[in-house]
Amino acid sequence: MEVFFQQLINGVTLGSIYGLIAIGYTMVFGIIGMVNFSHGDVFMVSTFIALIALMILTTWLGVGSILIALMIVLIVAMVFTSLVSWTIERVAYRPLRGSFRLAPLISAIGMSIVLSNFVQVAQGPRNKAIDPILNNVFVLSAAGGYQVTLSYKQILIVVVTAALLAVFWWVVAKTPLGRAQRACEQDRKMAALLGVDVDRTISITFVMGAALAAVAGTLYLVYYGVVNFSDGFTPGVKAFTAAVLGGIGSLPGAVLGGLLIGLIEVFWSAYFSVEYKDVAAFSILAIVLIFMPQGILGRPDVEKV
Amino acid sequence: MSEAILSVEHLTMRFGGLIAVNDLSFEARRGEITAVIGPNGAGKTTVFNCITGFYKPSQGRITMRHADGRTHLLERLPDFRIAQVAKVARTFQNIRLFSGMTVLENLLVAQHNPLMSASGWSIGGILGLPSYGRAERQAIEKAAYWLDKCGLTDRADDPAGDLSYGPQRALEIARAMCTEPELLCLDEPAAGLNPRESLVLNDLLRFIRKEHGTSLLLIEHDMSVVMEISDHVVVLDYGIKISDGAPAAVREDPKVIAAYLGVDDSEVEKVEAEVGL
Repeated sequence: MEVFFQQLINGVTLGSIYGLIAIGYTMVFGIIGMVNFSHGDVFMVSTFIALIALMILTTWLGVGSILIALMIVLIVAMVFTSLVSWTIERVAYRPLRGSFRLAPLISAIGMSIVLSNFVQVAQGPRNKAIDPILNNVFVLSAAGGYQVTLSYKQILIVVVTAALLAVFWWVVAKTPLGRAQRACEQDRKMAALLGVDVDRTISITFVMGAALAAVAGTLYLVYYGVVNFSDGFTPGVKAFTAAVLGGIGSLPGAVLGGLLIGLIEVFWSAYFSVEYKDVAAFSILAIVLIFMPQGILGRPDVEKV
Repeated sequence: MSEAILSVEHLTMRFGGLIAVNDLSFEARRGEITAVIGPNGAGKTTVFNCITGFYKPSQGRITMRHADGRTHLLERLPDFRIAQVAKVARTFQNIRLFSGMTVLENLLVAQHNPLMSASGWSIGGILGLPSYGRAERQAIEKAAYWLDKCGLTDRADDPAGDLSYGPQRALEIARAMCTEPELLCLDEPAAGLNPRESLVLNDLLRFIRKEHGTSLLLIEHDMSVVMEISDHVVVLDYGIKISDGAPAAVREDPKVIAAYLGVDDSEVEKVEAEVGL
């Protein structure tokens, strides 16, 4: 039972990170029907931005309080990552809008390679590590000689994720910006005829997705303490899987999918074998999609005749 | 006779080799209801699509003149600026509501620009600035006003896709009106409506013109609507204007009768010569 609780905590933490990345996939897919394959690498770039910002703050500027440093790192990472994603949209996707469907997809794969190779060249191919931070843990139970622990890091990750999701949900549901996004999702041309600047709305969507990926990137850096130029791929694919599992285009679906993928992975590693954790996650995806092709919370397309 | 609000000059639209609209010129006057009629395939919807930025015309000029004297060349504006600054709104023959959003939200999307500037790009909205709250309340009031006019007040929170056909049409007009247009273009507003709904529509259109001073440009097949409410009728056939004038005069025009009813084979050449084909 103790093992179960420990894995539950670990799974939710990992799932939060996947969920944050998955939102970027699901929103972009929702609004322009494109799988943004470079999103995983945007996430990877954000881990490096966070790493560099943290180094500068703690080593050079000597910011003492780690929490204040992390707040600044978070903001810096969000700003710079948004800028990266905005630029990518501007140079690689917008000129191809109106072209055939596969064109932006290929362009996205290209951008993904550009980003990971750029980081490999600029930062070197080796793992970059930070000194472990926020190492304190709460011991929740020590019955039977097995400690169930909840670390400060995990609390930070879950709290930040939950808070941002709340803000984000509110923006999409209640603000004119969110309404414009949902309108563009349904009928871009009609939204334009009502005075909505569609291109700008799409840019903002990319920026929002990237900002959340930057949050995920910062949390990832804090949690694992190690980043690498190739780190975009696996979390990216997992987050994409999470978005599909939850129902691509659905925001709560992305978060739910992220949590599920995180939990499946962690529980499988704990009870079965670590080597097959990805196989387990993708098998569940395949099974769910057989029975629910729209994903768990996806809306089926009902055609009214 | 009032001044022209919309002038279409020498408008030509080609799709590859097909000429859908050929050298068309007409005017819609301020405060009037102008109807564009013609048999199927006459190019009416193409004209609308050029006016509202759906298509870029192959040739010609479309000028929108505002009450304060400003003019906009519609064929040069990006599509979203046509609603935003030129103040031209339109509805579609096949309804294009945001069916997954609620009825109220459909009307709020149409007020995107004032809300966006009031909320300082949503940032003010997130911070809960009072100016945004005020703008939002005004937007909802305006939406409520139009819902009341269309008799949809009790459906405000239902998804727009759940409405039946007639109310969806009315909602589309309400949504277009929420952008505060000076010119409202309606593509077959009466299509698919039963005679009773058609009468309600006539009243709504008259109300819009009278109370809001909005000029209307409409495409219509339903002659009862056209003859009943329009001040001025433009008749197209094969992309060419064949008649232009008051409804009663147009109805008596032999070219119009020929275009609608067809003519004997023996008269084809004579009519073609008259029409200029």
